[in-house]
Amino acid sequence: MSDTIIHLDKKRPLNLRWLLLMAWRDSRRNRGKLALFISSIVLGIAALVAINSFSNNLRTDIDKQAKSLIGADLVVATSKEIEPPMQKLLDSLAFGGDRSDEVRFVSMVYFQASQGTRLVQVRALEKGGFPYYGAIESVPESASRAFREEGRKALVDHTLLLQYNTKPGDSIKVGNVTFEIAGALHKIPGQSAMTATIAPAVYIPRRYLDETGLLQRGSRISYYHYYKLPDTTDPDKLAKKLEPRFEEAGFGFDTVNSRKEGTGKAYEDLASFLALVGFVALLLGCVGVASAVHVYIREKLATIGVLRCLGVSGKQAFLIYLFQVMAMGLIGSIVGAILGSLIQLYLPELFKAFLPVEVTVSVSWLAILEGIAIGLVVAVLFALLPLLSIRNVSPLITLRAGVEHLTNQKDKVRWLVYFVILAFIFVFAYFQLNSWLRALSFTGGVIVAFLVLALLARAMMWFVKKFFPVNWGYVWRQSLANLYRPNNQTLLLTVSIGLGTALISTLFLMQRLLLSEVAIAGSENQPNLVLFDIQSAQKEEVAQVTREAGLPVLQYVPVVTMRLEEMKGLTAADVRKDTTLGIPDWAYTREYRVTYRDSLIGSEKEVDGKWQGTVTDPDAPVPISLEDRYAERLKVGVGDTMIFNVQGALVPTVVSHLREVEWNRVQSNFLVVFPKGVLEEAPQFHVLMTRTDSTAQSAAFQRSLVQRFPNVSAIDLDLILQTLDDILGKISFVIRFMALFSISTGLLVLIGSVNISKFQRVQESVLLRTLGASRKQILSINAFEYLLLGALAAGTGVILSVGASWALAVFSFEVDFVPDFAPLLPVFLGITSLTVAIGMLNSRGILNRPPLEVLRGEA
Amino acid sequence: MSVILDIKDLEKTYYSGNHPLTVLQGINFSLQAGDTCAIVGPSGSGKTTLLGLCAGLDRASSGSVILNGIKLDNLSEDERAQVRNQYVGFIFQNFQLIPTLTAIENVMVPLELRGERNVHNQAMELLARVGLAERFDHYPTQLSGGEQQRVSLARAFSNKPTILFADEPTGNLDEETGQKVEKLLFDLNREAGTTLVLVTHDLELAEKTDRIIRIKGGTVVSDQITSSVGNVQE
Repeated sequence: MSDTIIHLDKKRPLNLRWLLLMAWRDSRRNRGKLALFISSIVLGIAALVAINSFSNNLRTDIDKQAKSLIGADLVVATSKEIEPPMQKLLDSLAFGGDRSDEVRFVSMVYFQASQGTRLVQVRALEKGGFPYYGAIESVPESASRAFREEGRKALVDHTLLLQYNTKPGDSIKVGNVTFEIAGALHKIPGQSAMTATIAPAVYIPRRYLDETGLLQRGSRISYYHYYKLPDTTDPDKLAKKLEPRFEEAGFGFDTVNSRKEGTGKAYEDLASFLALVGFVALLLGCVGVASAVHVYIREKLATIGVLRCLGVSGKQAFLIYLFQVMAMGLIGSIVGAILGSLIQLYLPELFKAFLPVEVTVSVSWLAILEGIAIGLVVAVLFALLPLLSIRNVSPLITLRAGVEHLTNQKDKVRWLVYFVILAFIFVFAYFQLNSWLRALSFTGGVIVAFLVLALLARAMMWFVKKFFPVNWGYVWRQSLANLYRPNNQTLLLTVSIGLGTALISTLFLMQRLLLSEVAIAGSENQPNLVLFDIQSAQKEEVAQVTREAGLPVLQYVPVVTMRLEEMKGLTAADVRKDTTLGIPDWAYTREYRVTYRDSLIGSEKEVDGKWQGTVTDPDAPVPISLEDRYAERLKVGVGDTMIFNVQGALVPTVVSHLREVEWNRVQSNFLVVFPKGVLEEAPQFHVLMTRTDSTAQSAAFQRSLVQRFPNVSAIDLDLILQTLDDILGKISFVIRFMALFSISTGLLVLIGSVNISKFQRVQESVLLRTLGASRKQILSINAFEYLLLGALAAGTGVILSVGASWALAVFSFEVDFVPDFAPLLPVFLGITSLTVAIGMLNSRGILNRPPLEVLRGEA
Repeated sequence: MSVILDIKDLEKTYYSGNHPLTVLQGINFSLQAGDTCAIVGPSGSGKTTLLGLCAGLDRASSGSVILNGIKLDNLSEDERAQVRNQYVGFIFQNFQLIPTLTAIENVMVPLELRGERNVHNQAMELLARVGLAERFDHYPTQLSGGEQQRVSLARAFSNKPTILFADEPTGNLDEETGQKVEKLLFDLNREAGTTLVLVTHDLELAEKTDRIIRIKGGTVVSDQITSSVGNVQE
């Protein structure tokens, strides 16, 4: 018989039905454990589903409320005087439809009831149909129409009325005209609560605008034209057709669609960022899944060995556990999606201040399906790393337990899985960020963070092993030895806690950094009240009034507004045509506020070229000074030419000097400074800076000023900083809310990891207790181990966050990196203590188990 | 009678770094259908390694293993798994029941793996044969050591193997339970006409087989027919 060799029939069915049955049977006794693994992805999915559901609802709502975003079919705006040919064009557009005009500018107003003054955005609206869609919401409701039809009436932002203890029926003085307040303004089409906070509006009828006396030469005024077009006219096609003429004339325009895109995009940038924060939480959770599955599979080795003995192929064994992970991934994702859908109920409240539309709350099936699919794919991908080793489990393990039967180091499929994971992260990031480069940076950042933390954990294990302090006491030695024992949690805990710490520290650092950018450097003797729009004729008088009020004139500078016409021979059209030049469009579209003087001021430092304070040759191009970073962005240097359009007159200049400007010093700082002897006769206004000692003094001075010079506006910097702080507070709250998901996931992973290693710890502790160790000693061993792990992970996370904040500051926000390290210590201490606390809380059961019970259980 | 297991010039060498360690060499023997054979030897003599090679759990460094006419040497691990499922049964010292499956599910695994349907009755019959029909839905942790080994016996015979490998089948049992399990093992083996190879330290158990192969230091030191089949032959 032995001479007759039978060949094996190699076609063997996979028996999928049985594999599914086995997966289900095998999971019955492990569901609690499996649920714990999967819980780590729940929060990540919840974050993604919440944000994406909210984004989808917002998109739908923007679509639904699109027309009310601008209140018209087409809006044309300009801050220039309208010339006759353009006026003709603007008039012709209204043919067959309707048009409402509005003039906007900022000015001081005076509340007679409370005798308070405030800088507001004045909107002088003509009698007409605006808004054609949506409504100007007011209380009483009729006030939004009444103010423009019934004499000298105004509509005032409701927050202003509250602040100045004023009510409808009281009076408000705008320039030289006193208006009766018709009602409280609650909502303007397309304006968010945040915009209203920054620039609260006061509507007045346009026919009284001239009487206010606020329209003077050099004033910064914008003209808005709202059109209701005939039904047969497509606003987008019309706007597209007129675009070249509008651009040439320096007009901006908005259609329902363009505003819709703009509104959606502005929010989507924030949503993408938040979704990425959620995704980081998910990745963190997946690290937990991978680690938990790794431990799970180690516990399953004996079972897998038996199955292999009984004839189960490597592929079949692998599939049994893959099915379990898929089922748990699916359940985790579904739970996450449900949680996310619940969280999104709260998001409209969270984002209310930023949004120009009312967001309805409804279940977004798309976001839910997306979230479930992403959760399933990511959980399976990460679980694949330990799962793959199942294929290599030898049946010999049944005969020789305790021998290493996993040989996955040379498994090429593992590299494929690594590649697919990275590709998935990259593709996900791309869809969120819409930029290959940013997606690459995000993926690179994730890899670097993971690698740094993993390498550090390994380095620590190596270091402790290599330089083991043999002379230390037993408790310390045992704790240190635990860091590198088989099945240790060092790598997992360092990566998960480290990433969570890095994320939260980065958020803290960036918030502080951005706030410090706008904060006043040193409050003593720094100006806190800025008066602007002072006409040349009023210059002396205003200075005198200021001094009479006992206030110092700290700075008094002229400001001339102008636009850039040409740079190094390139016009706006040239730059738009050749994008390779890398010159930003805004260089030509923005309005420059320029001053002229003969010397540098305290906040400026020479960088390059030669400062020339006065023009010597009136026929030569004017030698000007540019702020160095501005010059860098415009790609101009010393010797390059620029032509400015000073309200109609073209002024050729040459860059002769570059300055570094300390922007966070309260000074009137400028991108462009002209020498004396050129702009003196140009239309201009003046800015005066002073310092008041109290809010009362500031209010009293503003009151007297507004009464004498209605056109002069005052900015209370303390109020601005307060508003800014409030806005940043709201934004940072949103970001922290999302970061909470990462931190919570980190904690879940931590709890999971501690639980997974609990059985091993019970065995060790019981053995130690059997050998005579006291409760205190065992407690100390565990506490010190967690302290080392927590401190190392949190410390690395904090260091990583400094790197990440530097990159964000320099490349994304383009600000100097001057970090405030103060919040890092509490973060470090907090997370380290939390690690120890959770570790000890989970270990408490260990000490309560009688040694005999465990030893018998083992036998 | 047909040859069920044919071992020729079997050698197994492990490498620790660059240092070879030969644990088995020059092993030759064959077993006919229905034979019972015990492999005995001191700890570390290589008997478990030999069992693993014979059962297709491991691959030899040289020599050949032909099981039921199938040459195992060049088969992949998955192909050897298929051979095990079709022709081999196992009994382990520590029972090796799958802890997450009930007694009956453990018995059904080899049958279900073959794609057979409606195997519940077959499995119940086997459990009844080992006296555990009442405990069919108990998990291994709910059974005593002797009961677990009886479930293991039922599982080993469930796929009607042509050869059964037993590794110290009574090593983890007390004497009384061990004897009951031994009796059951031999009875079932006789009824099914299965070839039995068992590895044991227990010479009393070994002598109940037809043949005893003694190994020491990785080589066969004696191969004798036992008194249980009449005259002892060396």
